[in-house]
Amino acid sequence: MFKCSMESLNSVFAKISANAELYIPADNCDGKAVYTKWAEGVELSNQLNTVKSPKDFFFPQVEDMMAFKVEGKNIELIDIRKAQEDFVVFGVRACDVKAFEVLDNVFLVDPVDSYYAERREHGIIISVACGRPSETCFCQTFGIDAANPGGDITVWYADGNAYWQSNTEKGEKLLASLGLESCDSAAVDAEKAKIANIMKKLPLAELKADAFGGGKTMELFNRPEWKALSESCLGCGTCTFVCPTCQCYDVKEFNTGKGVVRFRCWDSCMYSDFTKCAHGNPRLSQVERFRQRFMHKLVYYPENNNGLFGCVGCGRCLAKCPISMNIVKVMKTLGGNA
Amino acid sequence: MQKITRDVLVEKAVSLLENGTVANVLGWRKGEFDYDITPAVFTDKADIEANFVWNDFCGANFSKYLVQKTRKLEGKILVFLKPCDTYSFNQLLTEHRFDREKVYAVGVSCEGMVDIDKIKAIAGDGISKIVCGEMIEVSTVYSDEVIKIDAKDVLEGRCESCKSKKHVAYDELLGEEGDVIDSNRFDEVAKLEAMTPDERFAFWQEQLSKCIRCNACRDICPACTCENCVFNNPNSGVENKAAANSFEEKMFHIIRAFHVAGRCTDCGECSRVCPQNIPLHLLNRKFIKDMDSFYGEYQAGAEVGSRAPLVNYTTEDVEPCDVFEGGNE
Ligand code: SF4
Ligand code: SF4
Ligand code: SF4
Ligand code: SF4
Ligand code: SF4
Repeated sequence: MFKCSMESLNSVFAKISANAELYIPADNCDGKAVYTKWAEGVELSNQLNTVKSPKDFFFPQVEDMMAFKVEGKNIELIDIRKAQEDFVVFGVRACDVKAFEVLDNVFLVDPVDSYYAERREHGIIISVACGRPSETCFCQTFGIDAANPGGDITVWYADGNAYWQSNTEKGEKLLASLGLESCDSAAVDAEKAKIANIMKKLPLAELKADAFGGGKTMELFNRPEWKALSESCLGCGTCTFVCPTCQCYDVKEFNTGKGVVRFRCWDSCMYSDFTKCAHGNPRLSQVERFRQRFMHKLVYYPENNNGLFGCVGCGRCLAKCPISMNIVKVMKTLGGNA
Repeated sequence: MQKITRDVLVEKAVSLLENGTVANVLGWRKGEFDYDITPAVFTDKADIEANFVWNDFCGANFSKYLVQKTRKLEGKILVFLKPCDTYSFNQLLTEHRFDREKVYAVGVSCEGMVDIDKIKAIAGDGISKIVCGEMIEVSTVYSDEVIKIDAKDVLEGRCESCKSKKHVAYDELLGEEGDVIDSNRFDEVAKLEAMTPDERFAFWQEQLSKCIRCNACRDICPACTCENCVFNNPNSGVENKAAANSFEEKMFHIIRAFHVAGRCTDCGECSRVCPQNIPLHLLNRKFIKDMDSFYGEYQAGAEVGSRAPLVNYTTEDVEPCDVFEGGNE
């Protein structure tokens, strides 16, 4: 384990960014944390987490995939990707680190999504343990440990220092290049105990996911409560767009006047044109669309991924839904542990 | 802080349900924490008594829900309306968006709603309890101390410049009727107008670049009730699920602002729900201010059936370009 003082964190950032682009959570014009490219003067945010998740680095909201040039009967396919450079994301919380596993199971299985894979290969994740979780946090429901967030390197803040530990080969290489002072783990052990204690006090500490998981489709699909739960859902995409694990996208073509560009952008199961086919949207009303989002996270995803839930309890949809309807309310209503 | 208590609303809802005046009650349902209410339809006395909430977190405006609910629900709907909500209610009636006969409207006086983000900025994260009142009492998991915050210091942005405490529509009123207020709501617009075009462009560029096109602003907006928005419609030619560049970021908002101009009542829902804290109301307020100065004061929703200036041509109308030298310096 290594350490540096909180005051010297900035010089560590400078060192990291000498070799790769570094992104850290920094406050924007509204005082909300957003991942910002580090440069001298960019200050680390004190907020627990960013409004948008770090998913965006690997699976951006909009991305051009390829271009077509049409000449006569010839269609030329052009790979418009630029070579992916190494980059480092600092300050990722345990929930969001786990979310990468959820995304990997989708994008890195055959057929591998090479766009996503390239970024995963070149990205280094430095996680930070959560000293001050929010009431909206429920990562522990899914067995995620906010005190041991993982990633390539883990950082703990304790008594004025930042403690660093590498978890992967990539992380080890980066950490070794930073020239930090080595130390024992006493301060980190104390911090972990402190976090564990706080986690127990959170209002959602007792929330259980036992009623959900693979094999529960028939039990939950036709529950009458879906109607009231979805009653005032606006069908906006806020919950899906702030979610670190939502993974659906739409692929479209755009006529540039000189050719065609194929792009993809995030889609939302809450939308009326989601998975639209010749006959329309198979989910006729907002009740079915709403149900899809939560069944996907809590039943279909774990069914297809060895029990891993598709929600990591980050709490973003709790904080941001315009009508304050969210996965916790769904779980409590259907799971009977209100 | 609300002068009128929850019990008065609950009693009203229960009695109207029981005497058969209404079959449904549109109200605020208790959340998981003390601040996260959800708009809900209640049909049952016990449910109302247990879960109906009226406090300083009841910002949600139900008027737009009437468009859908009057079509779907059997029987009359009781809706509770704050002063600002009544303007949306009237505007929707002007546009024939729901059947007035199916609604029983109860106006509720309002002292202003508070913003949980502002409370958290003071009290911090980890909220375990909030008790509303003139002084809001906030407890967190991090300390035994109860933090007291003056409700006036954490009002929602729109309530800081509330335009009216008067209800312009209701069948019945709970609490005292107020007046249209001489509000400061155009001050922020004046600040924007005082900027140079470059500064103003930079301001909006910064704000709108935060947009994630979740459409919450549009979907909550009582003036946005098109059955199929052009931005969703693949046949419109401008369908746009996500903004690919800064032009598209602005296009959505500018088109939407134009489309609601003259119909926007300045209810403030768009800015309240935006997950990225974009002050969208400023775009609409700029339109309202300009229309007021070109065509005389006009408040959308003040009465049912009024003709908005932009759809009410008279030969005396000014040419905006003669009044303002817009665009580039
Ligand atoms: S659950 Fe909330 S955030 Fe999600 S679509 Fe419905 S209203 Fe929007
Ligand atoms: S569903 Fe909500 S709490 Fe779960 S990961 Fe997504 S945003 Fe976070
Ligand atoms: S959900 Fe857990 S890991 Fe995520 S920010 Fe909250 S405490 Fe940290
Ligand atoms: S704008 Fe006025 S009427 Fe509306 S919620 Fe705020 S204080 Fe109440
Ligand atoms: S609510 Fe905010 S982020 Fe969502 S589309 Fe509207 S302006 Fe953009």
